[in-house]
Amino acid sequence: MLERRIAVARLLADHDDNLLVVAGLGSPTYDVAAAGDHNSNFYLWGAMGLAVPIGLGLALAQPAKRVLVVTGDGEMLMGMGSLATVGARRPPNLAIAVLDNEAFGETGGQQSHTGLGTDLAAVALASGFAGAAMVRADDELGSAIDMLRNAVGPVIAVIKISRAPVPRVLPERDGHAIRQRFRSALLSQGGIG
Amino acid sequence: MSEDWQGDIWQALKKGGIAQVAYVPDAGHEKLIRAAHADHGIKATVLTTEEEGVGLMAGADLGGERGVLLMQSSGVGNCVNAFSLLKTCGFPFLTLVTMRGEWAEFNPWQVPMGQATPETFSRAGFLVYRVDHPEDAGSMVSAALANAFDSHTANAVLLSQRLIGAKVF
Repeated sequence: MLERRIAVARLLADHDDNLLVVAGLGSPTYDVAAAGDHNSNFYLWGAMGLAVPIGLGLALAQPAKRVLVVTGDGEMLMGMGSLATVGARRPPNLAIAVLDNEAFGETGGQQSHTGLGTDLAAVALASGFAGAAMVRADDELGSAIDMLRNAVGPVIAVIKISRAPVPRVLPERDGHAIRQRFRSALLSQGGIG
Repeated sequence: MSEDWQGDIWQALKKGGIAQVAYVPDAGHEKLIRAAHADHGIKATVLTTEEEGVGLMAGADLGGERGVLLMQSSGVGNCVNAFSLLKTCGFPFLTLVTMRGEWAEFNPWQVPMGQATPETFSRAGFLVYRVDHPEDAGSMVSAALANAFDSHTANAVLLSQRLIGAKVF
């Protein structure tokens, strides 16, 4: 099992304007913020289950950018159907990292389905993803990150992480501000206005 | 404007610069869905459930594109918490909803959500339009589209069951 902050920091190393990140509500949003606030981070604080659909809409709109959804097992389970939707659409620039502690960490640590039998990487692969990885140890992370950042998508890596508590790092919470910042940074690059 | 109200809606969407169409199918949207898939300028996405479409449209907006969600009134209930994303972040949003459970309905299971649909949208902060006559469809969608993308609001156009034609088995 990996430490979530170290894994996400490695995943988002050298974060430039070509990498657009959608962070799922709760700990993944804090993890992405802790790795370094960036104009191309879209932080979710609600709308559970929609991180992947948001990433898909963004990936379709911005085919020249890499879109990376960073979310947790609980959020991904709520939106499991969206893996089928992504598999049907097969966007080559979409990647999903699931930080999987097999628990609903924000609500008391209740065990989730991934600890009770669900293999989200297998679900994605069976739904038409181009690649999927299950990461259980540090030495498996490097190749998974290479896939998430560079491989033809859609790809997914399920990263098994420790439940050990980490300090909270709270980014912007005002949805209008998060949306405006993201769009201004992306669309002022000469893209579609 | 003609009796081809679905054709009028398609023209309004194209003129309004819609680039993404997401849908859970309904017979009343059949022509639009076919047109979307046939148009190389449109990215058409079939969903497993309607709330995915709320996320998809938010993502499209983040990427600088305009989209529309096509669904049936029964799907509106599936979207309720997802609508909080629109309000909290100020996303522009347009959905076209084919109505069930309101006019010569043969299936009692369609009635509760059909009857609750207008108020559900209102309580979620939407501007709500209703098309009863085919000649209004194109202009109503154009108006809702402008309110969505020029005034940054959430908009729902309800296509009445009488307009679509009662479904029979």
